[in-house]
Amino acid sequence: MIGHAEKSAAFVADEDRTHWHDQSLWFVRAKRDRQASGIPEWEALREAASGIKTHTLSRLADYLEEFERNATANGIQVHWARDAAEHNAIVHQILASHGVRHLVKSKSMLTEECHLNPYLEAHGIEVIDTDLGERIVQLRQEPPSHIVMPAIHLKREEIGELFHIELGTEKGASDPKYLTEAARGHLRSKFMGAQAGLTGVNFAVAETGGIVVCTNEGNADMGASLPRLHIACMGIEKLIPRAADLGVFLRLLARSGTGQPITGYTSHFNGPVRGGEMHVVILDNGRSRILGQEAFRRSLGCIRCGACMNTCPVYRRSGGYSYGYTVPGPIGSILAPQRDPQKYASLPFASSLCGSCTDVCPVKIDLHHQLLAFRKVLVDLKAVPLQKRLSMAVAGLVLSHPSLYRMAGGLMRAILPRLPRVLVYGAWNPWGIQREIPRMPRQSFRDVIHKEPS
Amino acid sequence: MSSRNAILDSLRQNAPPPAALPAPISGIRYADRIKQFEETLIGAGGSLIRATAPQDLASALASIEVYASAAKIASLVPGIPSKDVDLNAIEDPHDLEGIDVAIIPGKFGVAENAAVWIPGETLTPHRVIFVIAQHLILIVPAGEIVDNLHQAYERIQWSPNSFGIFISGPSKTADIEQSLVIGAHGARSCTVILQ
Repeated sequence: MIGHAEKSAAFVADEDRTHWHDQSLWFVRAKRDRQASGIPEWEALREAASGIKTHTLSRLADYLEEFERNATANGIQVHWARDAAEHNAIVHQILASHGVRHLVKSKSMLTEECHLNPYLEAHGIEVIDTDLGERIVQLRQEPPSHIVMPAIHLKREEIGELFHIELGTEKGASDPKYLTEAARGHLRSKFMGAQAGLTGVNFAVAETGGIVVCTNEGNADMGASLPRLHIACMGIEKLIPRAADLGVFLRLLARSGTGQPITGYTSHFNGPVRGGEMHVVILDNGRSRILGQEAFRRSLGCIRCGACMNTCPVYRRSGGYSYGYTVPGPIGSILAPQRDPQKYASLPFASSLCGSCTDVCPVKIDLHHQLLAFRKVLVDLKAVPLQKRLSMAVAGLVLSHPSLYRMAGGLMRAILPRLPRVLVYGAWNPWGIQREIPRMPRQSFRDVIHKEPS
Repeated sequence: MSSRNAILDSLRQNAPPPAALPAPISGIRYADRIKQFEETLIGAGGSLIRATAPQDLASALASIEVYASAAKIASLVPGIPSKDVDLNAIEDPHDLEGIDVAIIPGKFGVAENAAVWIPGETLTPHRVIFVIAQHLILIVPAGEIVDNLHQAYERIQWSPNSFGIFISGPSKTADIEQSLVIGAHGARSCTVILQ
């Protein structure tokens, strides 16, 4: 099994790039801090958001039924999908029944989770991602490396070269304004030729039976208001009870994610475009199972702002691809092993447990506590390598017996300095790959204290 | 069993203990809401013109360069004429491509985030007008600026099968190396006229 450390090896080998990536994300984190500190009631807002999510999750089935009733009354057709395969089949069936050959999409991590694009392409439908960052990674045939900033891992020169090949921009041109203008022209023609638009859902409101989509670019609106057919795909956890709750979540979302007071466009779709059709596909795909797990259910409150990634010292220095899952970073490291504990067993360990993610999370998910709790689950499942389990068992034994701890300390101080380097830094010691073991003091702290006159 | 019922059953079986909704939040207030709105709008890449006397509107519009040089203007504001566009004669919204400026009335503005609320019924006959036009001019009553988003949602009336949007500044992206670029897919500029 290739774990997070192995996957990040290539990324961290380029020190300059690692530093640049780290700084890019810290820049966004700093913008978030400026926005948060401008709102005196920030902590009360986070508390309210957390409370609304806890309440909603406690009666999610009722709210989904209320949403379905009101959406249907709005003229929206509601579909239910247990898993990714059913979700993809539903979307394809809607598109096929309208003879759609060209589809424009705005950002949706849920369709990434379901691998919708390759599925539709295999059925002969052209799928164009229209968020600039997503279009960039789509042209590179890569997944997004961040849920809010999909191309955060790329430098302008790489995007310039890509656009030169794919869109015919001038060779060597890398000015973001010039490249964005080229993408605007390219995607405008795709919007004009599309027969349907697919969007994600930031929030679904039970009370109104409508959905809310947030973008800065306006691409969701081009896709959902120009063609006659709009499909919106959502996970069951996107629901909130009342329109007034949007006030709480929208004040937190963009401030936490990108450090803006609100996104440029916040669109409320409570029905189809004039003369058109609107469909909402509601997906479970393992979420209802997470709801049953007390230690992890709060992860369903996530509003996908990306703040936990921007602040995470591991994400910033290892990049999104090192996680190998649609949602990277701290929240992804909880969601991914829920789906497949064996495959994603290394992710809850890709954290220093510093707690910065928990501090910035706008809905107060106890992220680093969950990461710790998941480590125990994975050890119990024997999903963690034997070497790690054994060393943790030994450490557990030593740390819980003071006399054993003192003896082990004495042995280490006596023996370690005499051992040849090749032995100390052998294959058994992955900790020492990029670190030097500290020099052994002659006396322990305990010895020093006891010798001091009191 | 249908997928719908399977999902709902699974959610009911796994439901956490009941938890009450929290109390409503009272949001930030500003001593000068218009000043706050303007500063935030500028931060979002937009600009503000005050035109509170009735005769100011024409000169405010004339002072907007993209308006003065526009070949095609679509106005949804009573009293301001369109130019070379007859919105009611357009059947297919794709034919709105090529409009230089859209002038749209906003119901109210929000000081904390410079968002302007536009109810869908304003955007007839084609709601895509606000994003397909190259430039946007929003006309908002100067007395209709609220402090925060909580107050904003208290004001919104929801009708069945409707649409509504908050617009805060022009279309923008920072997807290339976090460099802010104005004019991604939608409006390349957004001027709010307070009337």
